[in-house]
Amino acid sequence: MSHDHEHSGPPDERALRIKAIESLLIEKGIIDEAAVDELVDIFEHRIGPKNGAKVVARAWVDPDYKARLLENGTAAIAELGFSGVQGEEMTVIENTATVHNMVVCTLCSCYPWPTLGLPPSWYKSAPYRSRVVIEPREVLSEFGYDIPDDKEVRVWDSNAELRYLVLPQRPTGTEGWSEEQLAEIVTRDAMIGTNVVPSPDQTHGASL
Amino acid sequence: MNGVHDMGGMQGFGPIEIDQGYAPFHSDWERRVHGVLCIFAINGYFNFDDSRYAIERMGNAEYLTTPYYEHWLAGLEIVAIEKGVLTKEEIEARKEELREKGEPLYG
Repeated sequence: MSHDHEHSGPPDERALRIKAIESLLIEKGIIDEAAVDELVDIFEHRIGPKNGAKVVARAWVDPDYKARLLENGTAAIAELGFSGVQGEEMTVIENTATVHNMVVCTLCSCYPWPTLGLPPSWYKSAPYRSRVVIEPREVLSEFGYDIPDDKEVRVWDSNAELRYLVLPQRPTGTEGWSEEQLAEIVTRDAMIGTNVVPSPDQTHGASL
Repeated sequence: MNGVHDMGGMQGFGPIEIDQGYAPFHSDWERRVHGVLCIFAINGYFNFDDSRYAIERMGNAEYLTTPYYEHWLAGLEIVAIEKGVLTKEEIEARKEELREKGEPLYG
């Protein structure tokens, strides 16, 4: 099978550098190639925001679970089977009618891997990291959420030990929905706090 | 350590380029950087604090002008050398071998 990059000049310097490091580490018995393959597959295909959406949906339908989630995020999230690297210490912060929460890692890219997977590029970018702590309302507007002036915004700066998950407000128009239906509408951005979960009434343009 | 990576409140980086969907990697070299660094750490040779601290020492100008996984790649190389696992010379020698072979690296 041929590949495009066979015909595109010299190999990428970064590809050479990681291939050199990887092949040396394999030869020295320090890492196993199959373990690297497996880990990449997990992050690319088996974890992601769908995990966090299940946590949020459970909290929306089960008040006891929600109470446990806000009291001890790590343990309550582990009840649904999500735990491990970069999710060892989880705090869940609840959006309410008067307070909107947002999460950033100003220093780098700390993010709750077990519940959201790996972060999108914008989360790791200089513009988001620099701006969200000084002009969160403008940032929210760029993501499509025009937050009311009288709603408080709280920005949480993650670190290596502590990661945050935002519990968005359950939108109107979802009364009587099942947990599975609710999980379908919870978005990654809503769990980072750069947006809200829209009401299905708005989504379908059928608001009264 | 105080440095350019401490970006909270800085100005002048412009608008946020918002990417939708779940696409953590954009090329094979990014996949391998993520996988190799994680397995190397999981196997006990260093922790994520070590690699983050290494990234913070990659140099401010390079930090600001390179994409995210180049930060990881720079951190990985620094950690591998500082932990005594690899030398800069053997990494460079292996790169030359791979370059001369001219075979596809990934894909």
